[in-house]
Amino acid sequence: MMGASFVKDRLFPVMTILLAILAIWYVAAYSMNAPFQRDFDRRAGETRTGTEFFMATMSQPKPTMPAPHQVAENLWKNTLTVKPWSKRSLVYHSWVTLSATLLGFAMGTALGVVIAIGIVHVPALDRSFLPWIIASQTIPILAVAPMIIVLLSAIGVTGLLPKALISTYLSFFPVAVGMVKGLRSPDVLHLDLMRTYSASRAQTLWKLRLPASMPFFFASMKVAIAASLIGAIVGELPTGAVAGIGSKLLAGSYYSQTVDIFAALIAGSIVAILLVSLVDLVGRLVNARMGAKTP
Amino acid sequence: MPETVISAQNLDLTFETNDGPVHALKNIDLDIREGEFVSLIGPSGCGKTTLLRVIADLEKPTGGRMTINGMTPEQARLARAYGYVFQQAALLPWRTIEDNVALPLEVMGVDKATRTQRIRSNLDLVNLSGFEKKFPWQLSGGMQQRASIARALAVEPQMLLMDEPFGALDEIVRDHLNEQLLKLWAKTKKTVVFVTHSIPEAVFLSTRIVVMSPRPGRIHEIIDCDLGYDRPLDIRETPEFLKIAHQVREGLKAGHSYDE
Ligand SMILES: Nc1ncnc2c1ncn2[C@@H]1O[C@H](COP(=O)(O)OP(=O)(O)OP(=O)(O)O)[C@@H](O)[C@H]1O
Ligand SMILES: [Mg+2]
Repeated sequence: MMGASFVKDRLFPVMTILLAILAIWYVAAYSMNAPFQRDFDRRAGETRTGTEFFMATMSQPKPTMPAPHQVAENLWKNTLTVKPWSKRSLVYHSWVTLSATLLGFAMGTALGVVIAIGIVHVPALDRSFLPWIIASQTIPILAVAPMIIVLLSAIGVTGLLPKALISTYLSFFPVAVGMVKGLRSPDVLHLDLMRTYSASRAQTLWKLRLPASMPFFFASMKVAIAASLIGAIVGELPTGAVAGIGSKLLAGSYYSQTVDIFAALIAGSIVAILLVSLVDLVGRLVNARMGAKTP
Repeated sequence: MPETVISAQNLDLTFETNDGPVHALKNIDLDIREGEFVSLIGPSGCGKTTLLRVIADLEKPTGGRMTINGMTPEQARLARAYGYVFQQAALLPWRTIEDNVALPLEVMGVDKATRTQRIRSNLDLVNLSGFEKKFPWQLSGGMQQRASIARALAVEPQMLLMDEPFGALDEIVRDHLNEQLLKLWAKTKKTVVFVTHSIPEAVFLSTRIVVMSPRPGRIHEIIDCDLGYDRPLDIRETPEFLKIAHQVREGLKAGHSYDE
C-alpha cells in the first residue's frame, strides 16, 4: 500500500507544517497591517466592527505584509490567466531566471569538478588554491554582482551570460568542496587494488574516484543549484533588468507592490524546489543504477 | 634449476607510527624460484601481509634488497608481473560481480571478447556462475572473497600473491578451492606466494612453508614440503603429510616462545 504510506509518511508532515506556516502568516499579516488600517480608518472617520476591520487588513491594495490569499490570487492571475510568454506572466519571468540559473549551474558544476580533480591530483594546488577559493566565497555577492554586470556590459556582454556568471561564481564552490571530499573518499584498500594493476591516474580517476564520489556529487549539486538560482536573481537586481524574478522583485519594491514581491518570491521558491527535487531524483536514479541497496 | 623470481636479501621494514616505530620485518632472506608454491604461516601480526605487500610494491622496505624477476618491485608492478588477492574482498560496490572481475582486464586493455570469456571461466572456477549480475552486497562474505579470487586469476598473471584468500570460507568450499588452486598451479606452473593461518592448508598446497615469528617479524624456519604435483584431498591422512604438519606446528610453537 504505497499510497497510504505516502500520505502518512510524506504528505501529512508536509501539510502540517504548511498549515502552521499559513496560520502564522495570517497572524503576522493582521498584526502588521492593523496599525496602517487603524490610522487610515481614523482619518476617513470610519468605524468598523471587529470582523470588518479584520477583513480590511486582509485586503489592502498595498499591504505591509500581504495575506496568503492575496499572494495566491496574484500568482493565479499572473500564471494561469495570461499567456506564458507575455511580459506579465510569472512563468515568463521564471523562465528567464531559470535559463540563467541552468547555464550558470552547468558552468559552475563543470568548473567545480575540474578544480576538485586538480586539487586531488596536484598537491601544490591543494595548498595554494583552496585558500583562494574559500576567500572568493567570503566576498559578499551583492558587492561583486554589480561589478561583474557593469564590467561585462562595458565590453559588450549583456543578457544571459553575466547573470549566469554570477550563478557560476556561487555554485562552483559547493561542487569543488564536495568533489574534493568525494574524490578522496575511496578507501586505501581500493587504491592499493588499482595500484596492483598499475592503473594510470586517469584510470584510477575514471574507474574508482569518480564513481565513489557520486553521492558527494549529488549532495553538493543540490546546494549548488539553489545557490545558482540566488545568483541569477541577484544578477538581475543591479541592472534594473526588465525580465526575470529579480526584476519583478525590484519593480515590486520600487512601486511598493508588496503582493507582487511576495508572488515573485513564491515563484522563485517553486522554481528552487523543482530544481532541487530534479537533482535529487537524478541522484536517486544514478544511485539505483550503481547497485545501491533499495530500502 | 628454475630461475629465482623473488629474492629478498636482508630485508628490513620499520613502520613509523605515532606511538613509536613498529619493526614489522627484520632480516628477511628468502629466494623463491619459478613455479614454487610458498606459504607464509605465523601468528597474527608477524608481518606476513607486510612481506607480501613489499613483494607487490605496496610497501617500501626500509632496508635490504628485494628483486622480482631481476627488477625492482616497482618495475615488476608496472610490468604487471603479479596478481594480488587481498585479505578482504575489496570489490567495488557499484560494479556487478562480472564487472568487478572485468576491472583489471579493462585497466590492462584486454579486448571485450577475451574479457567475457575469462569472466565466465574464472567465475565458473570459483563456483559463482549465475551470480554475474549481482552486486557485491547481495553475496555472502565468502562468495565475495571467491569473486575477488576470480578477479585476480582472470588477469592470468605468472605470479600470484594471495593473502589468506580462503580465510573467510567454510571447510567444504575451502577444500574445493584448495583443489582447484592446486590444479591450476600444477597446470600453469605459476609461482604462488600464499599467506595462511591453517597448517593443513599450507602443507596441502605448498612446496615450501615459511614459518614466521613476531616482534620483530622474521623468518623462523623454512620447511620443505615436496608432496609432488598430484595431491588428492586424502593425502592429508598420509604419514608424510602428518609429519610435515607436525614439523610446522613445532616450528610455530618454537617461534612463539621466543618472546614470552
Ligand atoms: N601501515 C602500517 N602502519 C603501521 N604499522 C603497521 C602497518 N601495517 C602493519 N603494521 C604493523 O606491522 C606488523 C605486521 O603486520 P601484518 O599486517 O604484516 O601482520 P600479519 O602477519 O599479516 O597479521 P594477520 O595474520 O593478522 O593478518 C603488525 O604489528 C602491524 O601492527
Ligand atoms: Mg595479514
